[in-house]
Amino acid sequence: MASRVTIGGAAGFAGDRTDASGPLVEALAKADGPRFLMFETLAERTLALSQLERRRDPGRGYNPALDRFVAPVLASCLAHGIRIVGNFGAANPRGAALRIQAIAREQGLRPPRIAVVEGDDLTGVLSAAELAAREVGGAFLRGAPDIVAANVYLGARPIAEALDRGADIVVTGRVVDSALALGPLVHAFNWRWDDWDRIAAGTLAGHLLECGAQVTGGYFADPGVKDVPGLAEVGYPLAEIDADGAIVIGKPARTGGRIDRQTVIEQVLYEIHDPAAYLVPDVVLDLTEVTVTGIGPDRVRIVGARGQPAPETLKATVCVDAGVLGEAEISYAGANAAGRARLAAEVIRDRLARRAPDLQFRIDAIGAVSILGNDGGALSRPWPEVDDVRLRFAVRGGRPEDVRLLLDEVEALYCAGPGGGAGVRRHVTPRLASASCLIERKFALPRITMIEGPA
Amino acid sequence: MNRMKLRDIANARAGDKGNRLNLAVVCRDPAHYAALARGLTAERVATIFASRSPAKVVRYDLPKLGAFNFVLDDVLEGGVNTSLGLDGHGKSLSFLLLDAEIEI
Repeated sequence: MASRVTIGGAAGFAGDRTDASGPLVEALAKADGPRFLMFETLAERTLALSQLERRRDPGRGYNPALDRFVAPVLASCLAHGIRIVGNFGAANPRGAALRIQAIAREQGLRPPRIAVVEGDDLTGVLSAAELAAREVGGAFLRGAPDIVAANVYLGARPIAEALDRGADIVVTGRVVDSALALGPLVHAFNWRWDDWDRIAAGTLAGHLLECGAQVTGGYFADPGVKDVPGLAEVGYPLAEIDADGAIVIGKPARTGGRIDRQTVIEQVLYEIHDPAAYLVPDVVLDLTEVTVTGIGPDRVRIVGARGQPAPETLKATVCVDAGVLGEAEISYAGANAAGRARLAAEVIRDRLARRAPDLQFRIDAIGAVSILGNDGGALSRPWPEVDDVRLRFAVRGGRPEDVRLLLDEVEALYCAGPGGGAGVRRHVTPRLASASCLIERKFALPRITMIEGPA
Repeated sequence: MNRMKLRDIANARAGDKGNRLNLAVVCRDPAHYAALARGLTAERVATIFASRSPAKVVRYDLPKLGAFNFVLDDVLEGGVNTSLGLDGHGKSLSFLLLDAEIEI
């Protein structure tokens, strides 16, 4: 039985750095005991976007950055027995596994044993009406909107089982982020699933790793107050977990960043609501007795997670089509920039009040009044006398043509608006809205498929 | 009684789930915990975010971490999927809180 497991947190979202894994793999190659590299790349919307991609091309729908995440480290991980666990399967874990087999072939490597974890996709399991009946905290699904994706959060059990069956790589779709670490820990330590405090500790380890650099000095620096050395080359986290559940967070040698009580405590509470009851499929995690202690340079020890029995129901995220977001921007700079920008905003308001009185839009004056004190986009707060303002207009609509009027009006400010209007940019972005449902466990049956040898 | 900015003695981090925002506030020196517990109440945080009209603000206390977790309902203009604003996640809102004046 292993006494210590080391896990590297190589990605915290689909757009994360693809070169973060290099130093982690180098450090893991030198570590003793079972070692894992974890990729969390599946935010709520990411999966729905992947589902749309899969509709267009059935072979796709896995994380489009899969190659850039996996290709640089695959040879080294296979050579050193570092096992990879990632939810980069998104809407097509099987497709991702086949792609990884192809990468191995292209690199002349032995075919890895890849486990595909499926069963999170509720399409064909629950109807739109059945999902609507299980919605919590809203009634998005009542009107039977077009459902783009419906996925239930699976827990760590299928990941642990896949590793028990000898997988070099485990590819999942929607699983709770923390399961990407808990699965390896249960596999390596043979923890019982009802050893709630240890399941809680493994979940906390996953929670600390799941956002990559957010525990090592990312999402933290405030120059002069909270300085982070070497932020440009911030090291991603390495967690050492003991069989009793004690966690040490560190990072690879010769990387930037900062790990101390402050960076770790901020991440312990990241996206937490009630700290006594953080619900995941595997356990109810209680953080109230957790202690965080610095034990050396860039090394912090975390103990004291407690667990209560896992919730009876599982959360599912249902994404529905929410039309489009239209945005247009124009700059005013130099003398009386704020005055000219204010006039431009008035011109647009005035014209749309006559031409499209029902159109709902907001205006931001980036550099003067935008995120703070601009609630509802009314520009009601007094503007500072800045000499460089970027006006932004945002509107939502069902279809691209519904937002076009506003975007056209902003563009026309070039010739017909205040003096010196500059640099118009316009974008139309498809939007997805999401609803949460609570699903009985009988509808969330994980399936594991081993894909070995050449595809 | 000293007036100062929260930023002088504490760190904060914002997280989101839908239209709900959580703000973790962490004392840089645990000695300030009791004073912050008195001065940074849920009501005070609701006042700081009044323009976003929170439906509810709850404070959870974490004395062993020298930290508080504030949960603010319905302050993200719909959240990242529906807000027309530039910060649907509310990631910048920790720095709005840190700019608040407190008495300790």
